[in-house]
Amino acid sequence: MENFKIEVDGDGIALVTFDVPGRSMNTLTGKVIAEIGALVERIKTDAAIKGVVIASGKASGFCAGADLGELGGSAGAGGEDRRSEQEKLQAAFDGGFALNRAFRALETCGKPVATALEGLALGGGLEFALATHYRVAANNPRLQLGLPEAKVGLLPGAGGTQRLPRIMGAMNAAPYLLEGKSMTAQEALAKGVVGAVVEPGQTVAAAREWVKTGDPVAPWDKKDFKLPGGGPYSPTGGQVFIMGNAMLRKQSYGNYPAQLNILKCLYEGLQVPIDAALRIETRYFLKTMQSPQARGMIRTLFLSMQELGKGASRPAGYAPYDVKKVAVLGAGMMGAGIAYVQAQAGIETVLVDVSVEAAEKGKGYARTLVEKAVKRGKLTAEKGETLLGLIHPTADYADVKGSDLVVEAVFESRELKATVTKLAEAQLAETAVMGSNTSTLPITGLAEASVRPANFIGIHFFSPVDKMGLVEIIMGKQTSEETLAKSIDYVLKIRKTPIVVNDSRGFYTSRCFGTFIQEGLEMLAEGIAPAIIDNVGRATGMPRGPLEMNDDVALDLAYKVREQTKKDLGEQYVGGPVDALITRMVVDLERFGRKNGKGFYDYPADGSAKKIWPGLKDIVAVKTPDADPALIEEIRTRLLYRQAIEAARCFEEGVLTDPRDADVGAILGWGFAPWTGGPISLIDSVGTAAFVAKLDDLTAKYGSRYAPNALLREMAAKGETFYGRFGAGAKAAA
Amino acid sequence: MAEAYIYDAVRTPRGKGKKDGSLHEMTALSLATQVLENLRERNGLDTSKVDDVILGCVSPVGEQGSDIARTAVLTADYAETTAGVQVNRFCASGLEAVNMAAAKVISGEAQMAIGGGVESMSRVPMGSDGGAWPTDPSSAFKTYFAPQGVSADLIATLYGFSRDDVDAYAVESQRRAAQAWAEGRFSKSVVPVRDQLGLHILSHDETVRGSTTMQTLASLSPSFTMPGEMAFDAVVQQRYPQVEKVNHVHHAGNSSGIVDGAAGVLIGSKEMGEALGLKPRARIKGAASIGSEPSIMLTGPALVTDKLLKRLGMNPADVDLYELNEAFASVVLRMMQALDIPHEKMNVNGGAIAMGHPLGATGAMIIGTLLDELERTDKEVGLATLCVGAGMGTATVIERV
Repeated sequence: MENFKIEVDGDGIALVTFDVPGRSMNTLTGKVIAEIGALVERIKTDAAIKGVVIASGKASGFCAGADLGELGGSAGAGGEDRRSEQEKLQAAFDGGFALNRAFRALETCGKPVATALEGLALGGGLEFALATHYRVAANNPRLQLGLPEAKVGLLPGAGGTQRLPRIMGAMNAAPYLLEGKSMTAQEALAKGVVGAVVEPGQTVAAAREWVKTGDPVAPWDKKDFKLPGGGPYSPTGGQVFIMGNAMLRKQSYGNYPAQLNILKCLYEGLQVPIDAALRIETRYFLKTMQSPQARGMIRTLFLSMQELGKGASRPAGYAPYDVKKVAVLGAGMMGAGIAYVQAQAGIETVLVDVSVEAAEKGKGYARTLVEKAVKRGKLTAEKGETLLGLIHPTADYADVKGSDLVVEAVFESRELKATVTKLAEAQLAETAVMGSNTSTLPITGLAEASVRPANFIGIHFFSPVDKMGLVEIIMGKQTSEETLAKSIDYVLKIRKTPIVVNDSRGFYTSRCFGTFIQEGLEMLAEGIAPAIIDNVGRATGMPRGPLEMNDDVALDLAYKVREQTKKDLGEQYVGGPVDALITRMVVDLERFGRKNGKGFYDYPADGSAKKIWPGLKDIVAVKTPDADPALIEEIRTRLLYRQAIEAARCFEEGVLTDPRDADVGAILGWGFAPWTGGPISLIDSVGTAAFVAKLDDLTAKYGSRYAPNALLREMAAKGETFYGRFGAGAKAAA
Repeated sequence: MAEAYIYDAVRTPRGKGKKDGSLHEMTALSLATQVLENLRERNGLDTSKVDDVILGCVSPVGEQGSDIARTAVLTADYAETTAGVQVNRFCASGLEAVNMAAAKVISGEAQMAIGGGVESMSRVPMGSDGGAWPTDPSSAFKTYFAPQGVSADLIATLYGFSRDDVDAYAVESQRRAAQAWAEGRFSKSVVPVRDQLGLHILSHDETVRGSTTMQTLASLSPSFTMPGEMAFDAVVQQRYPQVEKVNHVHHAGNSSGIVDGAAGVLIGSKEMGEALGLKPRARIKGAASIGSEPSIMLTGPALVTDKLLKRLGMNPADVDLYELNEAFASVVLRMMQALDIPHEKMNVNGGAIAMGHPLGATGAMIIGTLLDELERTDKEVGLATLCVGAGMGTATVIERV
């Protein structure tokens, strides 16, 4: 065995050290799973072994679970398959059941087995530990135990959905299973997941002590086992399921098969003995794995996020650029947030505004966040002071001198941006990067004010900066690869995920997000009842409905942007009924949105829930007051596809070049329905041809904004997918 | 095919379905048994001619389990040859039992049968039988399951019934029920429940409150706001996104009461009636059931009525009197709205809001109420219907002979 080392001591206790060679973290590779079988065989048959302690050989923790890369790649092998449908299904089941079978063999090996947990055990790692008879955890604040599978669209498929509720009851287990919430050592002790918490370094000794007299029979294998909290048809358990079903629908809108299947595992599995329960779990595990949601979510939320977070888009051949000092121009909400995240990453930050008072006000934002973190015990007062000490508020551009990078975050005015760019560049070295945090103005145009346009780049943050993990990097026409490499190094240093796009109006994220809120307005103008638009909008998996989102963004802003676009495009501008609607709302009625308490909704001054403005029906007549499932499906499709076609257009125009940027950027940037894996994953999973066919249908009904572009038609004809044509594999081949 | 005739209908009074209700100390079996005994005694029935006894029961577990119909046949000392079967169509179980008894007669499978129902809600609480529908994620998720009260509130929201509308309906229901009792309009059907010694322990419906006013109801807070806000409003809004906010208007005072009771309807062919010397009171003109959208759940009555009347070549206006179980006020308001039925024809002697809804028995009870009222007012055609869990409706049209 290469992954497990066994040493048997004088008491007959075998210490099994789990240590996958060549990896910094133990994962359950195919080889590990195979070896667990051999390990159990040895434990069972070696008479010298009386009991077992399993521990990790890694400082990083016990085990991080399955190898998602391996898992993601295992779906759909090529080649002709002559097996019958039944044979294929049986083979799939046997494969999926392998880990459950191995763990169950360990659990029933007849000798007491304990796990010593010095560090994290996640997913299959925790399921491994749960299949042993006892667990000891180190009192290590960084120790995490959890089953995060649901977060990437999977379900714990190695006994987690069965053993956890048999330990703590279905109701207590639900948040860990459905939300992937992790627990600390102390929480695990309170919930009975571990039997003891000891000082770091002592877990093996404590586990050894337990094994000496330990019971080799799991509680659920005993005749008198009583399920904590009761099963689905006990008086208390019934309510848990009835409420649980409704809560899950409320939260998931039925978009996430993983969560529903986890609930099914609980419902069905808790009514039968563990062996049958594990078979049920495997069936739902495989069913979940086969869902497009799981494939999309694993790829985008795990693999692509990880890759982009490691700088996958960074051009090779440039030395690492260690950003030590950064100037932020403009101490408004964005500038203040950027200053805070920079200071968090230890970057000396010059926060520039028109007056020291204005700059101080921006620093105040960081102070509020620091105070909150200190109060919650997330930060020591001393570290908080150090962090704040890194932010220098000033009105003097001389202080910009020595900065490695500048982020301009002033108002969206070309003139103002040009002025501050010139002021800052006068202080900068030739190697420094000049970044603009604009969300709407094309970078190439802004770069005209720069004396070093090759160093000029868009660095677009999202609000609130301290919570939003994405940064959209925009390449202007003259931006150099070196500037891109440096900017990516900066973004990674402040622990954000960078995506890289090329210049265009609204770049990628603002442009596609804009189509979502615009489509809501189109629907309103068509006469669809506003409640239908926003309820279905939320049910698509978007964070909010398009109309409430319009109110949040502010209608007067939308009006101004529209007027500007009209001016810019001149005769090419295509107007519609929405223009009149927005004009009526903003100019005639002064309904600006949430900011003045009056938009499509009324926002009561007492803070009570917003209500659709009753007068709305008088300015747009409701022609579609009711929604049947077909209409719900149509609206849902329109809202998602409208965004997806815009992303597809971004590929044709060269704004996007990598599907990972598209999908990660969409989910992190504007909250695009995560269950899809992103707009490009959505197109790929629907199939390009089917997507084009539906777009043709929508174009006929609603207009050319849905019209498939030439790229999509070509791909549909060739049967191509975006990941196939533009993905990392395609690039490597090119 | 034969025709099915109603020869008699009896019911117990309805006792408050709580521990302090008058019938709480009587077993469900004894309620069912007394109904069968009464039918035999009132009609001098040779029970060897009764082929089958069909009883509705919605929570057939515990003392209501194990086929309570056959059990009651035996304890009522019917002929050993009389079979018994318990059926469950949720709230329409009693009417379904009547319809099945009629169908057996029409098909010739039975010459004489009893359709009825029993429910002691104080002794076997609602939901005691569990069930996959709300509990199993497979069905709960697919059907957008919500408790009936939330569905009733959804009906009120969608069809525009305000709190005042539903309360006003409830006040009228109480007034009508009190008046009906005062005038003895139920005396033909209601038989007192006797204790082990033969003493009458309940001879009237226990929950009628004729003094109910808009003011007394105004003090009651809506019952389904909390479960609605926890999750179920969001669930039904996913199916009905036109609803911005569910308006919770139902409470204990405008919803059916939880009660104990039993009922039975004696149904047979013309020939067997003649042979036994019985006089037919009405003919069962037709019956139907239908499935409807399960999340809103309670809109079945108008749909099944439409289906049945079409089949019978009738219009809603051809029906002289309607009995629709008052599960919730909005259910009745919606059916009147959908089929344009005047309130003067609907539940003229009140309903379950005043007298209670013993789940498995109510359908058989309202057939008796309908028949008595047709006779009292010398009208011809009546229709009884109920809304049903999981989205169904069941209806029966009777015609005096």
